[in-house]
Amino acid sequence: MTTVVKVNNLSKTYGAGDTAVYALKKVNIEIEQGDFVAIMGASGSGKSTLMNILGCLDAPTEGNYWIRNLDVADLDEEQLAVVRSQLIGFVFQSFNLIPRTSALRNVELPMAYQGVSRAERRRRAAEALTAVGLADRMEHQPHELSGGQQQRVAIARALVTEPAMVLADEPTGALDTASTHEILELLHELNRKGTTVVVITHEEEVARAARRVIRLRDGEIIEDRTWAA
Amino acid sequence: MGSLGLREIWRFAWRGISSNRMRSSLTILGVLIGVSSVIILTAVGNGSATAVRQQIEKLGTNSITVMGNGGGGGGGFSRTRSSTAKGLTIADTTALNNKDNAPHIKQAAPILNASVTCTYGNISATPGSAKGTWTSYFEASNSPVDKGGYWTNDDVTQKRGVAVIGTTLAKNLFDTDSPIDKIIRCGGQSVTVVGVMKSKGTTGFQDSDDVIIMPITFVQRAIAGYGNISQIQVESIDAKSTQLAMDEVTAIMNSQHKIKSTATADYRVLNQSDLLQSSTDTSKTLTVLLAAIAAISLLVGGIGITNIMLVSVTERTREIGILKAIGAPKAAILTQFLIEAMMLSLLGGISGVLLGLGISHFSILGVVPVVSLSSVLTAFIVSALVGLVFGGWPANRAASLRPIEALRYE
Ligand SMILES: Nc1ncnc2c1ncn2[C@@H]1O[C@H](COP(=O)(O)OP(=O)(O)OP(=O)(O)O)[C@@H](O)[C@H]1O
Ligand SMILES: [Mg+2]
Repeated sequence: MTTVVKVNNLSKTYGAGDTAVYALKKVNIEIEQGDFVAIMGASGSGKSTLMNILGCLDAPTEGNYWIRNLDVADLDEEQLAVVRSQLIGFVFQSFNLIPRTSALRNVELPMAYQGVSRAERRRRAAEALTAVGLADRMEHQPHELSGGQQQRVAIARALVTEPAMVLADEPTGALDTASTHEILELLHELNRKGTTVVVITHEEEVARAARRVIRLRDGEIIEDRTWAA
Repeated sequence: MGSLGLREIWRFAWRGISSNRMRSSLTILGVLIGVSSVIILTAVGNGSATAVRQQIEKLGTNSITVMGNGGGGGGGFSRTRSSTAKGLTIADTTALNNKDNAPHIKQAAPILNASVTCTYGNISATPGSAKGTWTSYFEASNSPVDKGGYWTNDDVTQKRGVAVIGTTLAKNLFDTDSPIDKIIRCGGQSVTVVGVMKSKGTTGFQDSDDVIIMPITFVQRAIAGYGNISQIQVESIDAKSTQLAMDEVTAIMNSQHKIKSTATADYRVLNQSDLLQSSTDTSKTLTVLLAAIAAISLLVGGIGITNIMLVSVTERTREIGILKAIGAPKAAILTQFLIEAMMLSLLGGISGVLLGLGISHFSILGVVPVVSLSSVLTAFIVSALVGLVFGGWPANRAASLRPIEALRYE
């Protein structure tokens, strides 16, 4: 098995001096290609902080992070953009779709930065939206979609580039039970096709469905459990 | 720019603009107002300058100057004279004053330029211009006396050392004291000041008030010698007759100097050179005023554009964060926002130019505006640049943030 993510003594501190917040303290994680990892922990335990660093949206204060054997600290701005574009799909709790832009355009967008031709983009975006069950909502703008639908657009946007891993920060946090099930099912399907999935969740149900659960408390890993497949 | 083509980025920019009509229209409106106000204000100022110039031209076109060729005989001790040219003489002046040959000439006065240094007590000053002439010069050159009086024909016949001076020379020699009846020394001769002329102001780099005017006979006797004169100042009977008067001047001068064709003329006849210069002067003042107005309106317009650009781009910091999170390189984001800013500035600039030109067709507060190309270009270029800079700068700032910082931006 190949390692997608390797994190070594990773720390993240916000602020300095008396007001410093130690969001992550010397965290060590290794994630294999094709794994399905749930990250759990109380509010403020550092889950989002970890996830943002894994997604190259933020930089650690200390420690090392390798993604596919690339030391992220060595990458410049341009190379980081390539990593985000080629290797990572990010799903946010608050969807983060581009406002006033159709679902189809939103899903097309990441492919544009990969140099995919327009026709090809259109085709694959439509395919991805169909896969998440939104074939009839392609021309809708985010504000014309329900929360669950918006999150499905966001998942389509994350998976359409066929990234090495999809990172989802509480993807169902703002959704009802029915939508939650749909979203989880989508993530599992993605994982079955070989994509590494890391998902932050508060729900035991989600965690049970994962192959591996990492629990954080006050920025430290207190449990890292893997179930046999 | 990575793999994203420029055409693609243009399309993105267009979408960015068209997806938020309100924000885009406000931005365009900001640029439009900036550009059109500069154009209109400058055009109104220009229009009033033109009106003033026309008025001046109407006022006094009956002033004619005859000059010798090649510097008109120079002046004073440093006289230069072309060997073939005869130069102007008192006899020429007398011929011009002959009513039988020149019915449209009211009067002609000789002018002899000299250079002298004048002293009063231990104060010394060299006036920019020292002239010897006849009494009719004052009327012909429209130089009324403000304080004191003129010297007389008798002074001319008697070659007396008397002078009318300009306000600058008066100030230089006497400061605030009254110059009237004071005796100064000019070129070693005693000269009594009898009057001070009304101020004419500065013409280009020459101060029209830094002058001393004395009887030509005195200047010849005491300062410059009895050579050719420098100029002849001619006044036509009225503005309508100026052209006829000029023709008469030419005819008389040709016969005086035995000249067959104008090509070989050793003199030049000029009309309203003084007036044109003073109008140039007036429009210079107006131009400065206009430039100030234009600068202020450009500044105000620029601040408007800056504001709306800053606000609308800052508002989209989160959007920039999303773009970065899904893998957009900084250059692509920056190019997109710059093109957006450029399109908005151009749209605003072009509509501002059209509106400005449109409004300038109507008379504003009684002034018929005259649009100047330079104001249109300046307004357009400056607003486009301001739009580009203040659209590009916050976009660059946002695109330089880590994605998470841009996403969290409030
Ligand atoms: N930008 C920031 N500036 C300062 N402190 C921060 C910042 N972001 C997070 N923190 C702090 O870091 C700690 C971890 O935050 P993080 O968002 O990772 O928690 P979390 O586990 O995701 O919580 P939740 O379940 O509520 O989302 C918290 O104490 C938080 O206050
Ligand atoms: Mg969180």
